[in-house]
Amino acid sequence: MLYAAKLAWRYLASSRGQTALLIAGVALGVFFFVFISALIGGLGQYLVQRTVGEISHVTLTPPPAEATLLPGLQSTALMVAQAETGQRDLLAGAEALIPVLDATPGVKGVSPQITGNGILMRGQARAAVSVTGIEPQRVSDIANFGARLQEGNAILGSNRVLIGQALADDLKVGVGQILRLQSDRGQERALQITGIFALGVESIDRRSIFISQATARTLFAIPQGISRIEVSLEDLSQADAMAERLSALTGYKAESWTSGNAQLLDGLKAQERSGDMIKGFSLVTIVIGVASAMLVNTYRRSSEIGIMRATGARRGFVLTVFVLQGALVGICGGALGAGLGFALLSHIPPPEIGVTPVLPVDYRQGAYGMALLLTTIGAVLASLLPARTASRIDPVKVIGQ
Amino acid sequence: MTDLLVELSDLRKGFGEGEARTEVLKGITLSLPEQEFAALLGPSGSGKSTLLSIMGTLMKADSGRHIMRGQDLMAAGDAELTDFRNRRIGFVFQFHHLFPDLTALENVIFPAAVRAGRETPAQKARGRLLLERVGLGHRMNFRATALSGGQKQRVAIARALMNQPALVLADEPTGNLDRENADQVMALLTEINREEATAFLISTHDAGIAAACRRRITLKDGRVVEGV
Repeated sequence: MLYAAKLAWRYLASSRGQTALLIAGVALGVFFFVFISALIGGLGQYLVQRTVGEISHVTLTPPPAEATLLPGLQSTALMVAQAETGQRDLLAGAEALIPVLDATPGVKGVSPQITGNGILMRGQARAAVSVTGIEPQRVSDIANFGARLQEGNAILGSNRVLIGQALADDLKVGVGQILRLQSDRGQERALQITGIFALGVESIDRRSIFISQATARTLFAIPQGISRIEVSLEDLSQADAMAERLSALTGYKAESWTSGNAQLLDGLKAQERSGDMIKGFSLVTIVIGVASAMLVNTYRRSSEIGIMRATGARRGFVLTVFVLQGALVGICGGALGAGLGFALLSHIPPPEIGVTPVLPVDYRQGAYGMALLLTTIGAVLASLLPARTASRIDPVKVIGQ
Repeated sequence: MTDLLVELSDLRKGFGEGEARTEVLKGITLSLPEQEFAALLGPSGSGKSTLLSIMGTLMKADSGRHIMRGQDLMAAGDAELTDFRNRRIGFVFQFHHLFPDLTALENVIFPAAVRAGRETPAQKARGRLLLERVGLGHRMNFRATALSGGQKQRVAIARALMNQPALVLADEPTGNLDRENADQVMALLTEINREEATAFLISTHDAGIAAACRRRITLKDGRVVEGV
């Protein structure tokens, strides 16, 4: 193998121009592979972040109420107590679980919330809104209001409210102005706008308002208890597993963000498949290029192959020399292409939450190692047929030429 | 009695199928003793190249017996023949056929390196010795493409002798050389035959070369007509 490698290297080095062109071609194909990987990965990341970055990744809610069978009655008929629908379902013992959730690995933020609906009023203008009461010190644990403020601040004191830019525009209000909120429990409260945010999520910017938990308790007549707990994660892709884990830990119903975004996930999968196909085509191009170059090489060196065989080189040796040439081209071209890809793409900032990228490329998802490995394997496979042809050359036929 | 190096018995070889078939060797019976120095003569188409190819194990006869150093080469497979050829047979062709991308020394040691799977100091030492023997000690690190025609042929001779073969088959070894170089090459072959006990079978059209050989084997129309 060592001697075959020496000959393979010597053959490549002797045709510098051809070898350089071949390696450059392979490198270009690998660069394209790496670019597509980084682009598809970055685009997917950008889309998810845009869609899910500012909402809850796992939401804990009370388990669904069920009818209960009444025991111990002397009767042939079954007696069932209907599920309670009059009162709000609350998370039992939630306050004690908050520190546990905070300490769970992978959890970035935890927000216990009181929720309800209401009508927001300013003069004659009315808007139906979803009201969320959150702890003031956890105001940016889920959506980063602090970074998304258009005006004012995110300090949720008593009778203060955060509203979205779209809602502010609809009601023609600004920071410092007073709005009246009537809850679905018939309670009314005057609230002063402390800040106006723009998360870029229509349903939140136009239909949601945020107040302090204490204010929400009064408005919705919930002196104790929690409506739900929203959890944000370090890694969005772990949401399903984390939902299962938190459900088992707490006994609550845990819903991952993926359950409400099936279309987004389908779209991302389709995008990924398309990217894989494009990468596959680039590999096929590399294989065809290497195979044709090796085949030409075989014909060019047929008399040398004849002499090799005449002087006692086995067919396996000849095959090894030509396969190693392909492998060397694959390794050199692959390394060059992957290195070039990393060098160029690492200058493009990866997608971040809330920042619209010039090009949604994430250089960290370039699949450099996979590109190098697949290219090398592809180049070896591409060389097999020409190498086999070379090993089967009849020395008698070529030596006389 | 001289030991027999090669024994050929009723060797036959044809090419093509059906009506297009041509019988090139029509029953060659021939023996070569050790340290033979023979010329192989005959007009074009008489079967000289075919006979050399069979004796060099580059192809097999269709029928007959081919024994060399006691080994039945008709029964051997490709790998066995390749190994046998590497150890026992050397080739010198009309067009030298050196590897253009290797140096003179690398060309010479090729048969040994391919057998061992690597180049060794011992191989290089023998290679240097052989190149000095053929008068090219000062050119051993030159690429083959940088050598003259005569020098290339002498490198080819050195390569043929690398593994100390029992038999060297030379097909028109001086056919591409001028008179001076041709004479030098023949003198070298004669010297090696005498000193190394290597047998030579030289295919040639040159009467001068034929005269320099101890035995002349003539083929005509696929048969040995002289020098059996």
